[in-house]
Amino acid sequence: MTMVKAKTFDTFLGPLSRSNPITTQVLGICSALAVTVKMDTALVMTGALVFVLVGSNTIVAALRDLIPSRVRIIVMLTIIATLVIVIDELLKAYVYDISKQLSIFVGLIITNCIVLGRAEAFALKNSVPASALDGLGNALGYGLILVLVAAARELFGSGTLLGFQIIPDFLYAENGGWYVNNGLMILAPGAFIILGLLIWLQRTINGYTEE
Amino acid sequence: MKGIRSFLDRLEPHVMSGGKWERYAPLYEMVDTIFYVPGTTTAVAPHIRDAVDMKRSMFTVIIALLPALFFGIYNTGYQADPSGGFLQHVLTGGAAVLPMILVSYTVGGLWEMLFAVVRRHDINEGFLVTGILFPMTLPPDMPLWMVAAGISFGVVIGKEVTGGTGYNVFNPALVARAFVFFAYPAEMTGDPVWSLAGELTAATPLAVASAVQDGDAGLLVSQAGYSFRDMFLGFVPGSVGGTSKLAVIAGAIVLVVTRIANWRIIAGGLIGLIAAAVSANMLAPASGNTMLSLSPINHLLAGGFAFGLVFMATDPVSAAQTDRGRWIYGVLIGVLCVMIRVLNQAFAEGIMLAILLGNAFAPMIDYFVLRRHIARRRVAYEKQ
Repeated sequence: MTMVKAKTFDTFLGPLSRSNPITTQVLGICSALAVTVKMDTALVMTGALVFVLVGSNTIVAALRDLIPSRVRIIVMLTIIATLVIVIDELLKAYVYDISKQLSIFVGLIITNCIVLGRAEAFALKNSVPASALDGLGNALGYGLILVLVAAARELFGSGTLLGFQIIPDFLYAENGGWYVNNGLMILAPGAFIILGLLIWLQRTINGYTEE
Repeated sequence: MKGIRSFLDRLEPHVMSGGKWERYAPLYEMVDTIFYVPGTTTAVAPHIRDAVDMKRSMFTVIIALLPALFFGIYNTGYQADPSGGFLQHVLTGGAAVLPMILVSYTVGGLWEMLFAVVRRHDINEGFLVTGILFPMTLPPDMPLWMVAAGISFGVVIGKEVTGGTGYNVFNPALVARAFVFFAYPAEMTGDPVWSLAGELTAATPLAVASAVQDGDAGLLVSQAGYSFRDMFLGFVPGSVGGTSKLAVIAGAIVLVVTRIANWRIIAGGLIGLIAAAVSANMLAPASGNTMLSLSPINHLLAGGFAFGLVFMATDPVSAAQTDRGRWIYGVLIGVLCVMIRVLNQAFAEGIMLAILLGNAFAPMIDYFVLRRHIARRRVAYEKQ
């Protein structure tokens, strides 16, 4: 019983750190660079990925004995694409502004390596609850990095967090202070640098080295 | 001097392995070898009897930089207020430039020490050059906290991330400059930044040339008051160390004679720049881009090309390592510099990005040069 519990626990917690999809497996980088200028887009993107990844893993696991292995990629892509279109429409209906900022990147979840990767590597071989948990863990692991990168970029690039001014106004050069926002953080290379530093930090903590 | 020696000798047992300050051995090592020639000798072959080690060669680079630095200090004061006397220029310039160098050395040195202590290696002398090169590539009124941010990025991301001195892909001083260039563009580009007096706008010769919509770019540079003579001697606005081509040539002679910089890179860069500028001139009549018509002499004299080519492109770690590769690397940097200056008006000063791109290609150039060499030797061998 404890064995099973430990394994279930690992399915969920592993992707948060040790086998994190972004920092360890280096998947889903494109969207991690594109939607992390501000925290609100990163959070909405995380929500969208949680929906798609949990949904696709659950459905694929439920159908895993019915899907012929020759056409499994097409079937899985159909499931993923359906979920992505649903979440895209939902975002357009309820958070139109953020949906506009996310633009094409919600649609591109279809091609996000993490989603198809988890369906192929995990959901096809495991039970529904385990697959749902795996999907949640991976989506949150992705979201954790997204939010960390976005927090650093928004704080140093715009001086705000979630739109609230964090760096006091009087420090800014235009108000007689000396501080200037870091323009590099707004550009995509800023995300690369923050991501690199995060990977460095994580590997130092976990003692991981590349063979 | 005797006092320093006996102080260091008394300290030594504590920092050797097993001593109570063992962790700080790199700091002791650094101070000790700055004052005295180390008593250690190379244990394994090959042996060369020579006084030159890393520390001496890095000090030679700093000596080569001094003419450009002194002129830069003078010119900074001169550009701020041309009417004053020599002493006033030096004092105004020194008050602006020396704090930048001090901040660069202090902040960069702290990072260097931190990594040396954590990773338990000696502090490397390469930083002495990086720490002075970086402020010399900046506009003179750069805020000091940006200098600190830039050198931190240059040392940590440009060098320590990949393993420290000798393992860096890019020149750390240029990584630092690229960081502040993209992070704080308002302080690094545009006309007002090049002069200490904020309201006095001073467009650099390259900025004048690239702002032109129609007409002859070279003519406009001279109409703006920048004669070839002033541009050669350095009496124009620009980055602290890069304006005087005469001072750069003096430094280049020191570096080439002592063989610290490889002359092939410098020669290749000059050939690449002139060839690309001449080709651009030929294309100029067919294009609306007036930067194309800028003559090779203007390209050579304007901006930081000479400074970058002599002091940064020749960095022995990030440059190509084979002789044939050095030619290709130099030519590539010269050509890229003209292309960036001419084709992208946002980067009027092309040499920084040209050298960074050159650094990125250097290992590949060496790889193909070696492959070709091996292939030729094989053919020669099989013919025998």
